[in-house]
Amino acid sequence: MDKVTVIIGRAIPLGLKNVDTDVIIPAHWLKTVSREGLGKGAFETIRQAPGNPFDVEDFAGAPILIAGDNFGCGSSREHAAWAMLDMGLRAVIAPSFSDIFAGNAFKNGILAVELPQEQVDRLLEVAKTDTITLDLENQVVTTPYQDRFAFEIDPFRKHCMLEGLDEIGLTLKRDEAIETHEQSRAGSLPWLDAPQSYRRDAA
Amino acid sequence: MASKPRTLYEKIWDAHVVERQDDGTCLVYIDRHLVHEVTSPQAFEALRVAGRKVRRPDLTLAVPDHNVPTTARLAADGSRIPIADPQSAAQLAALEKNAPEFGIRYIDAVAREQGIVHVVGPEQGFSLPGATIVCGDSHTAAHGGIGALAFGIGTSEVEHVLATQTLLLRQSKSMEVRVEGALSAGVTPKDLILHIIGVIGTAGGTGHVIEYRGKVFEKMSVEGRLTVCNMSIEGGARAGIIAPDDTVFRYLEGRPYSPKGGDWDRAVEWWRSLATDEGAVFDKSVVIDAADIEPTVSWGTSPEDVVAIGDTVPSPDSFTDPSKQDAARKSLDYMGLEPGTPLEDVAIENVFIGSCTNSRIEDLRAAAAVLKGRTKAANVRWAIAVPGSGLVKQQAEDEGLDRIFTDAGFEWREPGCSACLAMNPDKVPPGERCASTSNRNFVGRQGPGARTHLMSPAMAAAAAVAGHLVDVRKLSGG
Repeated sequence: MDKVTVIIGRAIPLGLKNVDTDVIIPAHWLKTVSREGLGKGAFETIRQAPGNPFDVEDFAGAPILIAGDNFGCGSSREHAAWAMLDMGLRAVIAPSFSDIFAGNAFKNGILAVELPQEQVDRLLEVAKTDTITLDLENQVVTTPYQDRFAFEIDPFRKHCMLEGLDEIGLTLKRDEAIETHEQSRAGSLPWLDAPQSYRRDAA
Repeated sequence: MASKPRTLYEKIWDAHVVERQDDGTCLVYIDRHLVHEVTSPQAFEALRVAGRKVRRPDLTLAVPDHNVPTTARLAADGSRIPIADPQSAAQLAALEKNAPEFGIRYIDAVAREQGIVHVVGPEQGFSLPGATIVCGDSHTAAHGGIGALAFGIGTSEVEHVLATQTLLLRQSKSMEVRVEGALSAGVTPKDLILHIIGVIGTAGGTGHVIEYRGKVFEKMSVEGRLTVCNMSIEGGARAGIIAPDDTVFRYLEGRPYSPKGGDWDRAVEWWRSLATDEGAVFDKSVVIDAADIEPTVSWGTSPEDVVAIGDTVPSPDSFTDPSKQDAARKSLDYMGLEPGTPLEDVAIENVFIGSCTNSRIEDLRAAAAVLKGRTKAANVRWAIAVPGSGLVKQQAEDEGLDRIFTDAGFEWREPGCSACLAMNPDKVPPGERCASTSNRNFVGRQGPGARTHLMSPAMAAAAAVAGHLVDVRKLSGG
């Protein structure tokens, strides 16, 4: 993934709660075998409504999205993160995220920042007119005003994002530990190790 | 020295930790990986680009389900009917090519074992108690019904598991949903889980693994447990789990991939030891009285928007949280419903019986029991029954259930995800309403503008007969 340090720019003040991944990218866009080009379908139903925040000229190409509670709930489709990346988003701020979406966002270098509802409300207000700054290293969101909102982030995820690390590459270096686990598992829980050996055709 | 009492989840977790980093992130071993056509092509492609192989193809099983049409797949002469949509055809072709290329067993779209990945896993005995099971699909939680730690993952994680057979995870918190008492007659596992989601909310389980506890679950069939755990994700929990017991062991014994001989006995012994210890502490606990639960339906566009069938559509003002009031207004607008309308007055044009939540033999039997000797109402334009797998379909046909469905005016389809997600050709038209046994009533989930009411198979069958939502208990007697 690309390194993530500081993200500065306009933020789309969506504000909605429970934005599910079917809303972020409807299923008919999932027939692709590629990660590219999904921005066209991002937030399709919301963007069909006149006056939606995505259509406001000031927010064209905005790198940040501000949403309500439980952002990214529902389907595990990583196409949601790919679609957001493809439309230029690099960060989402919300009071809470679904577990699976938070993981998918991280793997794609999208910074998902959790802040309390009052702070999110304040940012929704500021976003209408001003830019917002997310500083991953210092774990803080700031505005051109006096706002300074500290956020928590999993230390491992922070490290990977700052360094742009490839998780699979990291894990492959742990091959010896994985092999040791596999050997002990083959001894203690052998039935987990060899499903094919039991296989027979269904009666 | 007595060790600290642990929950079922903690025991399975501990048995799978390969390594624990100082920051708390754990490398966790994955026992079973189910792969389908929609969330895997990008993962296989990335492996190819990086020159990586699949570490344990023997622990991986691939089957197409999301994007396959549920109309006939073979012509009268036995030849395959091509898939009309070129993008869908290309996606299926990619899995058909990727699986053998990486040494993974592939169940073909025309094989009789084909079906929805969450029906196939337990049915084949590929999913086992105490195992860690993943799939690029959030309803992987279903496999918790047989006592597995099972959860959905994104495509990057699919790639990670393919390459390393592990995932980097942080341990979730534990949450107990304890149901006391017994379910009333006519109240099914689907009603129970819809009710639970209504109580805890769609984010109630976020960051947690839910263990469902209580006599209700001990008495529940494996099919019912799979239904309950399946929708854990709708309550925000990545996984839901029920302690494996004799009901599960009887279900699994003799299935194609189940352990055999001495291994079976050793496995059962280990599985029995996994139940939550007396005195184990959950981070969060919710207690539900089974007597409170009626046949339940959804009215809005979030799975937490549920009421008992005898209730009316709620007023947005009845919610205390202002953002929930706003969400309820938007939901009602999308659903075309007025507050105060009795749910039983809501007419429907479509009925979908299927999905990884409710497409197993017991679900089809429950729907057929309501439909027997009846036909769908004139205003119901489209009613389909979609078995969860070819084996379920065959069993249903052996029991004559297909005839009951078709005599009632239902189409009897080939296995797949079908109208649950508006990806394959099975969709609900804009503005129309569907009584659906699926798991999500999100905006546009069953098609752009489609209005979904979630319910049990028996309730969906009753709605088909009545032409509107109705309490199935009123029909059962008649």
